[in-house]
Amino acid sequence: MTLHLVLPVALPLAGAILCLAFYRVARVQRAIALSSCAGLVLYLAGVLWPLLNGAGYATLRIGNWPAPYGIVLAVDLLSAIMLSLAAVVGLAVLVYALAWFRREPEEPLLYPLYLILLMGLNGAFLTGDVFNLYVFFEIMLVSSFGLMALGGERGQIEGTIKYLAISQLSSALFLLGAGLLYGLAGTLNMADLARKLAASGATPYTAIAALLFLGAFGIKAAVFPLFFWLPASYHTAKTPVTAILGGLLTKVGIYALCRLYTLLFPVHWAAQRSLFLGIAALTMVVGVLGAVAQGDIKRLLSFHIISQIGYLIMGLGLSSTLAMAATLYFMVHIVLVKTGLFLIAGIAEQVTGTTDLYAMGGLLRRRPFLACLFLITAMSLAGLPPLSGFYAKLGLVIAGLQSQEYWVVAVALGVSMLTLFSMVKIWTQAFMKKATTAAGAKEQLRPGLYVAAVGLAALALVAAVGAGPIYGVAQRASQQLFDSSAYLVAVLGR
Amino acid sequence: MLILLAVVIGVLFATGVYLLFRRSTVRLIIGLALLGHAANLFLFTMGGIRPGIVPIVGAGPVEQMVDPVPQALILTAIVIGFGIQAFVLILSYRAHEEVGTDDLDQMKSTDVT
Amino acid sequence: MSSLILRTVARLLLPILVLLSLFLLLRGHNLPGGGFVGGLVCAAAIILQMVAYDTATARRMLRGSPWLLLPLGLGLALLSGLAALLWGQPFMTSRFVSVPLPGGGALDLGLPTVFDLGVYFVVLGTVLLVVLNLGEE
Repeated sequence: MTLHLVLPVALPLAGAILCLAFYRVARVQRAIALSSCAGLVLYLAGVLWPLLNGAGYATLRIGNWPAPYGIVLAVDLLSAIMLSLAAVVGLAVLVYALAWFRREPEEPLLYPLYLILLMGLNGAFLTGDVFNLYVFFEIMLVSSFGLMALGGERGQIEGTIKYLAISQLSSALFLLGAGLLYGLAGTLNMADLARKLAASGATPYTAIAALLFLGAFGIKAAVFPLFFWLPASYHTAKTPVTAILGGLLTKVGIYALCRLYTLLFPVHWAAQRSLFLGIAALTMVVGVLGAVAQGDIKRLLSFHIISQIGYLIMGLGLSSTLAMAATLYFMVHIVLVKTGLFLIAGIAEQVTGTTDLYAMGGLLRRRPFLACLFLITAMSLAGLPPLSGFYAKLGLVIAGLQSQEYWVVAVALGVSMLTLFSMVKIWTQAFMKKATTAAGAKEQLRPGLYVAAVGLAALALVAAVGAGPIYGVAQRASQQLFDSSAYLVAVLGR
Repeated sequence: MLILLAVVIGVLFATGVYLLFRRSTVRLIIGLALLGHAANLFLFTMGGIRPGIVPIVGAGPVEQMVDPVPQALILTAIVIGFGIQAFVLILSYRAHEEVGTDDLDQMKSTDVT
Repeated sequence: MSSLILRTVARLLLPILVLLSLFLLLRGHNLPGGGFVGGLVCAAAIILQMVAYDTATARRMLRGSPWLLLPLGLGLALLSGLAALLWGQPFMTSRFVSVPLPGGGALDLGLPTVFDLGVYFVVLGTVLLVVLNLGEE
């Protein structure tokens, strides 16, 4: 069993290498990419989850170096949830991309970069070392720059420059935080750091380190004052790329905040509660107001990414086990639903030939099935019962009421109404309204587009029906995060 | 030595951020490079500044060795920075071809209006 | 640019620089050097030809696309990590063999060397791709 924890990193890497080797043969590239993504899903379902259900943790020492000195890969339930989301969404978007790029032939670098992006995501979820986290973040970012710029059109290049500049600023903050931690404790292994920082107690230096990480991951997660790069760049990419970036990338910032704040800065976490909640409220409000004002479907959905990040930060800021469990359920819900919405928007784009809502129309007549699919996903995003968004927001609201943070609950509910409003806007403009342009020749859409979108919508429905069991897992993951002693023992061996 | 390094890091950060705010993409790239250098120098300082011997097994008594970890971290960060610099250079070249200018103020076609 | 002096020197320097890059690669385990620097020096040797002659000449000297260096290097690095699994050790556990050299002395080769060779190829490939692309515009 020495291989298996490396697989989420090694499998996409191997796939990317083979794709690069066959960079002239698109057919082979597609087969390789598909099989490595499918392999990842099978591995998680067949090996990792059964293992975690028994033990709760899995660790691997890279290079057989003893724990605080070498790099340790450590998986707890939070990591496993994130890995599974990345694998499932990665597979769905890949299936979608395979169908999407039949019309416009793909660049030879598309699949290698896509697989390397997945490798960076998986590595970030796996690692138990702060600096290694930085490295995997950079791997993920570099491949996302490449993916975003792939088309080479003016908008894509402009978007990528902005995205790259702000990302590098956040990476510099990340490095500063890591350097400060190393200067304080002389180690970068998260478990070892947790012990040493707990022993030395909270100081102004640890508070600065915590804030540096908040800034670094805040930029990546696009929280309130640091979000402006996202709506200026994400929508420029090709739709499958926008879907994977919008669905997964910002959530890695939230994951890193969850991991570092629970493990390293529990004291500052509680102390910065009002900061977190303030950021959360502003992020929700600004995101949704931006979304309401947009007339382009991809941009509108990009603003919703920001608004939904606000909910996740809110759950993080409430800092209770219930709130953390609700945050994790929200994470599952939002990754599935948000990616699904981008995929549906892409199909609508292919049918109508535009992403401008006011130029779209008549989709209810022309594609009733697509309309049905959109309705389920959009209402789930807005949080109507009995869909997954309802349970996700219900959990957060209950946690907020328990912590007596009534105002943030009120904001969350208000934002929910506006979310519903903007979804209705898409519905009326794109689906209900009479077609403004003459229907193009009834073009046959590739079934892969629908397979991916239906798959994600079905998973979102499963998340709603199985809300009980998923909350159970999220609750256990949350308890693991709050009681980190077992994690420390699992990583350090003592 | 420590104070000198602190000043250098501060100046590097200040110039880096200043250049990030300029309108030209070339200055932006130089600014990103300076930010990276500042962060690397900070990591280096955090390892502790003291004379010592190379940290290789058998090179001498362990107590006199310098801390190798910051060096490894900086090397990694430099390599990553190198890759990003190469990418952003090509990107700005392409931007110059597409937009016909290196003025970031003219690259507003994707901005939120 | 067509300077006779530069062209002559570039031709003379090419083998020396490539040898230097290999030297840096091999001594990298315990001494300054390694795959990254080695790859850069080798790339510099080829860029020198590009400056002295032109990009087409430099491309001809490569006898193949620098694209292929990327999967080659990444593959070597990954395999050097996976090799440890053959004897039941965790990913990336290193192993060394001592190769006796004729005329005394020994060469310590290990999995990190293979990894470094992979880095060498990746760096070489990346730099050449970037520079050749910029040079041809």
